[in-house]
Amino acid sequence: MTVESTAARKPRRSSKRTSAAKTPAKTPENSGPQLVQLLTPEGERVEHPDFEIDLSAEELRGLYRDMVLTRRFDAEATALQRQGELGLWASLLGQEAAQIGSGRALRDDDYVFPTYREHGVAWCRGVDPTNLLGMFRGVNHGGWDPNTNNFHLYTIVIGSQTLHATGYAMGVAKDGADSAVIAYFGDGASSQGDVAEAFTFSAVYNAPVVFFCQNNQWAISEPTEKQTRVPLYQRAQGFGFPGVRVDGNDVLACLAVTRSALERARRGEGPTLVEAFTYRMGAHTTSDDPTKYRADEERAAWEAKDPILRLRTYLEKQELADAAFFTALEEESESLGKRVREAVRAMPDPDRLAIFDHAYADGNPLVDEERAQFAAYQASFAEEGN
Amino acid sequence: MAAEKMSIAKALNESLRKALETDPKVLIMGEDVGKLGGVFRITDGLQKDFGEGRVIDTPLAESGIVGTAIGLALRGYRPVVEIQFDGFVFPAYDQIVTQLAKMHARALGKIKMPVVIRIPYGGGIGAVEHHSESPEALFAHVAGLKVVSPSNASDAYWMMQQAVQSDDPIIFFEPKRRYWDKGELDTESIPGPLHKAAVAREGSDLTLVAYGPMVKVCLEAAAAAQEEGKSVEVLDLRSMSPIDFDAVQTSVEKTGRLVVVHEAPVFYGSGAEIAARITERCFYHLEAPVLRVGGYHAPYPPARLEDEYLPGLDRVLDAVDRSLAY
Ligand SMILES: Cc1ncc(C[n+]2csc(CCOP(=O)(O)OP(=O)(O)O)c2C)c(N)n1
Repeated sequence: MTVESTAARKPRRSSKRTSAAKTPAKTPENSGPQLVQLLTPEGERVEHPDFEIDLSAEELRGLYRDMVLTRRFDAEATALQRQGELGLWASLLGQEAAQIGSGRALRDDDYVFPTYREHGVAWCRGVDPTNLLGMFRGVNHGGWDPNTNNFHLYTIVIGSQTLHATGYAMGVAKDGADSAVIAYFGDGASSQGDVAEAFTFSAVYNAPVVFFCQNNQWAISEPTEKQTRVPLYQRAQGFGFPGVRVDGNDVLACLAVTRSALERARRGEGPTLVEAFTYRMGAHTTSDDPTKYRADEERAAWEAKDPILRLRTYLEKQELADAAFFTALEEESESLGKRVREAVRAMPDPDRLAIFDHAYADGNPLVDEERAQFAAYQASFAEEGN
Repeated sequence: MAAEKMSIAKALNESLRKALETDPKVLIMGEDVGKLGGVFRITDGLQKDFGEGRVIDTPLAESGIVGTAIGLALRGYRPVVEIQFDGFVFPAYDQIVTQLAKMHARALGKIKMPVVIRIPYGGGIGAVEHHSESPEALFAHVAGLKVVSPSNASDAYWMMQQAVQSDDPIIFFEPKRRYWDKGELDTESIPGPLHKAAVAREGSDLTLVAYGPMVKVCLEAAAAAQEEGKSVEVLDLRSMSPIDFDAVQTSVEKTGRLVVVHEAPVFYGSGAEIAARITERCFYHLEAPVLRVGGYHAPYPPARLEDEYLPGLDRVLDAVDRSLAY
């Protein structure tokens, strides 16, 4: 019996009803027999009957490179926040495999609806990483054109984007296109009504959408047990579509499972819920203090399952990458860090009048009036010479 | 406990603690309110002392938080729920507007809805989108709800006590950029009623009306105006619904001039309501039209522009000058 099904048992009628029992930290080993894994934490290739994958050495190195550069970018952004260059940062540390695996499963014409943490998926879409920093620096609320890379703006209100993804997918189906749509969200977000409604709509309209839930075990301070008493992937069944739990620290499994779900969507067979079972190694955001609610040992246990390390072990053992590859990547990583640092420091503050830009597409006399008053007021300071 | 200096955050924490101690039916609910003590630590230590049955970490579902609070209230509990940030109240807006606000009236007064919804609100902390909004007018517009916002530690403590004891649903807006401001708090003095405005500073030339985060700015503006020989009265509204119009009227009859200041957009904002009522009540006392200072009809801007967006000392003083120039 899995840990989850024990937790799902009906609580007894006793005074202890409300005091939730301590659930042991879940790791891929004890997270249920259904966990799809293709590369073990020790870097061994294993097979799964439903999810095969055959990648060339170059493709494997590509996945490794994506993960390393994404982690580097993320570390740089965290450092920039510490230096006061960014107001906030939501780190993806530990979730690289879930993001790169799923991101690399996508076709160019697919459409992505991210949360605020999908920096690795953005990387796969070709969004310039420096574009992601504007909203965290406080110079804009997005800063990229979603249609350039079919990568929607980050959504901060948790769960909202799952409905947008569903609607977009309904449109794709109406158009007779064979693109697929993917919506990212967290285990915490799975509690939102919007997510349940997205499940309902996507099932009813057979929308070509993949729900990609990164269960990183925490929603700020609340463990997954505070959101659900059944494994998240099993929720899909009640809505009438399949759910799969994949080892979220295994980039190969994430790629294979997402690819299969996307293909299913393309074939007109409707939505799939993918639960990537992973771990948030850092704080929720730079404003968070995980020591208030989380034991150090838990992180240590997950560090042994590091998604980057296990692929490196595999590449080395199989001699799929040589020292020159790793050295070159190290250099590339350094220069990415430098580029990001410089770009952030050079990022100008927006013009004051930008407050009024784009409030409406067709203009609005009230906004025009307020803009003019604001401009005149600002100009009055210049006249006074201060 | 006698008079003591403490932050608004601490005063709220003490007040919630007292509410839990006094009435076993009081519950605290919300995201991260337990072990973490809330993202602003307003509920710090409460779960440790009162247990998970009284201080409840909820699933991440605002509609669920308010909807179940309504059910608990029907069952005789007095839930005090936390919405983590202003911009996240909207998933719960349906429950608040269509259910919470109307329940008492629909039951012909037979049931009560003693629910407090705490919302850290307003800008000035350099946050990302949806973390800096002032949606008070959206709630004040709804009959059945009461909407309040303290501006200092003493009010934070006492208004929370009164809100928890109220049988009406209260939307309790906490001025998040003032959380760390310290003030005098006497936990034994008997406070005035929850919906009564307070004169924060006496003056005779003009009245500034504000609430929550803008009271401090208005007090600073009044002090600056004093240096230029202008005597400005500052009225801390404390309650946006109902509004203590008598207090505003008394002040305006004395000064003849009124400027309403809030962070929320001016358009359809609480300033509009105050201006209209006071114009009706004090038409022959007014020496100038009622002026409003507030946010623009534009989405709350990114952090680097919020100082331009939020009414600061200069914009308030500018309005004071314009009013006095009539
Ligand atoms: C509607 C809403 N409520 C609350 C928040 C505040 N908040 C931001 S992230 C977060 C936790 C989200 O956890 P999860 O969905 O598991 O995603 P993770 O951040 O762990 O990737 C919360 C409560 C929000 N952004 N939106």
